[in-house]
Amino acid sequence: MSQPVISARGLTKRFGDFTAVAGIDFEVPPGESFGLLGPNGAGKSTTMRMIGAVSQRTAGDLRVVGLDPDTHGPEIRSQLGVVPQEDNLDAELRVRENLIVYGRYFGIPRSVCATRADELLSFAQLEDKAKAKVDDLSGGMKRRLTIARALINEPRILMLDEPTTGLDPQARHVLWDRLFRLKERGTTLVLTTHYMDEAEQLCDRLIVVDKGQIMAEGSPAALIRQYSTREVVELRFGSDRNASAAEQLAGLAERLEVLPDRVLLYTDDGERLLERVAHAGLHPTTSLVRRSSLEDVFLRLTGRSLIE
Amino acid sequence: MSSVVSVPGTGAIRALYAGNARAVVARSLQATRSSNWAVVVSGFFEPVFYLLAMGWGLGSFIGDVTLSTGTEVPYAAFIAPGLLAVSAMNGAIYDSTWNVFFKMRFGRLYDAMLATSIGPLDVALGEIVYALLRGGVYAVGFLTVMQVLGLNLAWTAALAIPAVLLVAFGFASVGMAITSFMKTFQQMDWINFVLLPMFLFSATFYPLSVYSEPIQWVIKAFPLWHAVELIRGLTTGALSVAMLGHTAYFLVMIAAGVTLTTTRLRALFLS
Repeated sequence: MSQPVISARGLTKRFGDFTAVAGIDFEVPPGESFGLLGPNGAGKSTTMRMIGAVSQRTAGDLRVVGLDPDTHGPEIRSQLGVVPQEDNLDAELRVRENLIVYGRYFGIPRSVCATRADELLSFAQLEDKAKAKVDDLSGGMKRRLTIARALINEPRILMLDEPTTGLDPQARHVLWDRLFRLKERGTTLVLTTHYMDEAEQLCDRLIVVDKGQIMAEGSPAALIRQYSTREVVELRFGSDRNASAAEQLAGLAERLEVLPDRVLLYTDDGERLLERVAHAGLHPTTSLVRRSSLEDVFLRLTGRSLIE
Repeated sequence: MSSVVSVPGTGAIRALYAGNARAVVARSLQATRSSNWAVVVSGFFEPVFYLLAMGWGLGSFIGDVTLSTGTEVPYAAFIAPGLLAVSAMNGAIYDSTWNVFFKMRFGRLYDAMLATSIGPLDVALGEIVYALLRGGVYAVGFLTVMQVLGLNLAWTAALAIPAVLLVAFGFASVGMAITSFMKTFQQMDWINFVLLPMFLFSATFYPLSVYSEPIQWVIKAFPLWHAVELIRGLTTGALSVAMLGHTAYFLVMIAAGVTLTTTRLRALFLS
């Protein structure tokens, strides 16, 4: 296997008494799409900032493109593309200028920046917005412009922190499509998300993080196989009856989770389980059979759901 | 392929400075062209209006003023260099405080810059140099107005341009350093609380000799007085050795301001 582009050993970040990242180990080989999945406050963004050489680690070892961020910050940053959680586009500049000026920060000649800017505007489907003001763009367009901006230095690693948070479903799908194209071209992607569908769509491999620690690691499919069943049956009995129904349901499924609004039953054959529920004389107000997702993995690992 | 920047120096400096402050200056020039040229142009008129109102209007009642060197000059020629110093201060302070505050706290511009190979010293120098360029353009404009009105009394007035840049550099670097500690709008208002009395009392509109000795020393501790005296000496031709002291005051101010700004930007964005 080729040299990893990122490797972390015992990576730790403390802010005073608070430990944001509690000694995590992982490696990212080139060309992989690697995800950090976890709820808000899990330490994902802090990890991203340490990889991005804008935050110093408290302890442990970290190598990004083979270099130590503590001593080679500028060299590392010149080979990264960063898409932060909150857009920080330059509102005083027009759309195309945003790309060119950002390229100049890397010391790339203006003519090269101009050529790349046009290519990236086309990639981000923003050609007709080249002269628009940033504030006049929609949320989805801003995010695509931020991604285009992050690609102006042809980075070895593209880092995306919560890339689709706050976007409507259609804008999310446009964005996923663009990111998928980058992945196909062999760009190494590192992304954080608290959306399991996003992680499933985009990540070859991911780590599930909670409270600064890695709870599990693997491909989305492998994690689901390992920590969940093939299917999930969701039953709603009404919020005051879920708990009592759950007592009667125990034993019917491999595993059972009671959430405030519904009961989740884990099984390999959802339809058969539904029949057995009916047979047992239980009549939920709604029932749904679905495939297991990373949300179920997270629930299993932490006892909590991802979006709280 | 990825473009690897060549970074000068080693160790601590390398993490702070990528030798690319000009990209930060270019960004500000582009922003001026794209969105806020009207604000920049308006900055030229402020001291001109003051000069017309106070120098011309008020000056006709006052007559001549005696300088510290004993030379007598018309009132308008007395306050014009004071106003030039004030406009250098205001321009530099505006750019380095309010503009920087917004970029830092709301626009998150520096987060974006410092995620690239740019270092905090590049940002500090780039922003300060832009403030200087702006201050320099105002200075040339105002000196032209003074020339037309016959208020430049000696050839040394030409040296007021580098003097204004020195003054602006001092105010911009200290202004940016102070702003890096500010978190709220209320704190930003304290800056005006210091600037206004400095503007009014720094021998801008009348000679320092009207004050008693202790108050004179207080005024002399503040930077604007040194700026006014330096520039007034050059435009009126009343040169003195003390002007070297005024120059030294600003050199120290620049060194302290740039060092503190760089340290703060590093602490804020690269911790």
